[in-house]
Amino acid sequence: MIEFKNIRKSFGQKLVLDGVSHIMENGKTNLIIGTSGSGKTVLQKCLVGLFEPDEGEIIYDGVSFTEMSEDDRKMLRQQIGMLFQGSALFDSMNVEQNIRFPLDMFTKDTKAQKNKRVNEVLERVNLSGSNKKFPSEISGGMKKRVGIARAIVLNPKFLFCDEPNSGLDPQTSMLIDKLIYDITKEFNMTTIINTHDMNSVMEIGDNILYMKEGRKEWTGNSKDIIFSDNKSLNQFIFASEFLKDAKQMRMMESKREQK
Amino acid sequence: MNFLAHFGRYILMLKGMLSKPENGRLYWKEFMKQCVDIGIGSLGIVVIISVFMGAVSTLQTAYQISNPLISKSIISQIVRDTVILEFSPTLVCIVLAGVVGSKIASELGNMRVSEQIDALEIMGINTKSYLIMPKIAAAIITIPLLVMLSMALGIYGGRMTGVFSGIISAETFDRGLLDKFIPYNVTFALMKAYTFAFIISSVPAYYGYHVKGGALEIGKSSTTSVVVSCVTILFADYILAALLL
Ligand SMILES: Nc1ncnc2c1ncn2[C@@H]1O[C@H](COP(=O)(O)OP(=O)(O)OP(=O)(O)O)[C@@H](O)[C@H]1O
Ligand SMILES: [Mg+2]
Repeated sequence: MIEFKNIRKSFGQKLVLDGVSHIMENGKTNLIIGTSGSGKTVLQKCLVGLFEPDEGEIIYDGVSFTEMSEDDRKMLRQQIGMLFQGSALFDSMNVEQNIRFPLDMFTKDTKAQKNKRVNEVLERVNLSGSNKKFPSEISGGMKKRVGIARAIVLNPKFLFCDEPNSGLDPQTSMLIDKLIYDITKEFNMTTIINTHDMNSVMEIGDNILYMKEGRKEWTGNSKDIIFSDNKSLNQFIFASEFLKDAKQMRMMESKREQK
Repeated sequence: MNFLAHFGRYILMLKGMLSKPENGRLYWKEFMKQCVDIGIGSLGIVVIISVFMGAVSTLQTAYQISNPLISKSIISQIVRDTVILEFSPTLVCIVLAGVVGSKIASELGNMRVSEQIDALEIMGINTKSYLIMPKIAAAIITIPLLVMLSMALGIYGGRMTGVFSGIISAETFDRGLLDKFIPYNVTFALMKAYTFAFIISSVPAYYGYHVKGGALEIGKSSTTSVVVSCVTILFADYILAALLL
């Protein structure tokens, strides 16, 4: 569980996060949604300490991250997996070496065990057989998937994903959502996902934080979101006619169920 | 940012580098990789400049000493001393500041800009010690070796030119080489080489590690780092000469 209170962050004159508070629960996929530039990436980076918030408190499982020493943060980070918006693969290493790197660094497994684990996660992200390719030789979507594989290879306690399925086709995108959802439940992880993808919101939105201009505008889950009367949220989510129709249908369905 | 702010951050970077490795084996591997990159990678250029540097000093010294009363063996003494004292350590290190320095700065700059450094940080790795320390250590090990090689090649190049162009016979050259040889000069040159090796690796690492922005800034930081390392080398050269000679 990650709780954060009143996080503020500005870059120079520009206020990006204006006092955001929320609780990210374990065993759930916690989504952060919002328009481009609303501060999702900055919020995630504040939570893991890549940006130091100007104000506010972050608490990991009851322990204050804000007051932790650099060494304690390092220890905690060994339980964090993170997928960056730009994948951030190591260009000097091939796919397999990228994924094996955390294993090499932090485990004493044998070579065979590591190879087995690498192939296991590669299979889960639907990339078996790309072991020897270099990041410059694979597509953006493949990089994303390698990034996810690297983030989950140590079964982290806290998983951060910045737009895990932007740039993926709908089918792969659903596969990745399902993968993240499944491992979250399986290992009782605290998973935090930034997304624009409405499909993800509906499918895996256990706990959704909707951000607008650096503030928390709405929270709830994927069921609540359909019935929400928050104007800005509705504009954001149900932007297209297609989704508006889908919303109508869902609402009618659930009314029928209630009767 | 002013000089003091940069200097303070540079010292903090060096201090942050000193921590217990998360995994000794991977650090060792990285160190070895850097030794190959820095040492073997710049072997070719060092060989070329050393031989030519020695050859040119022989020709020019001979040109300046055209007095028949002066023994020709003085030529090889002068070549020996200039190569050992100044050309090999300083000139080679200035060139290496360009070759090695720009590589270190752009490699780290690229890792910073594409968030690879952040990715390592998030895994719980001290990126200062994992990325910077092996580079500095490898430079400190390999660059003095390159400088020693350069001394030998420089003198050899001078001898070859002298003999081929008929300026001086091989015997006279060799006799001059051994005449009034001060072993301390070699020690002094190596002290210079160690100091310069540290500068060549740590200054570009500082600039690369702290890049902000994109590809354009990587290029800028790499240029700045080469300029700053060169100036620092020349400055250190002066200080060392004033203190130790
Ligand atoms: N390092 C930085 N320096 C200055 N400003 C920044 C920095 N990082 C982000 N910002 C600003 O913070 C704001 C929020 O950026 P952020 O990347 O969090 O948006 P986002 O919600 O993740 O958008 P997207 O969905 O497009 O990824 C933007 O206006 C951006 O200009
Ligand atoms: Mg973002």
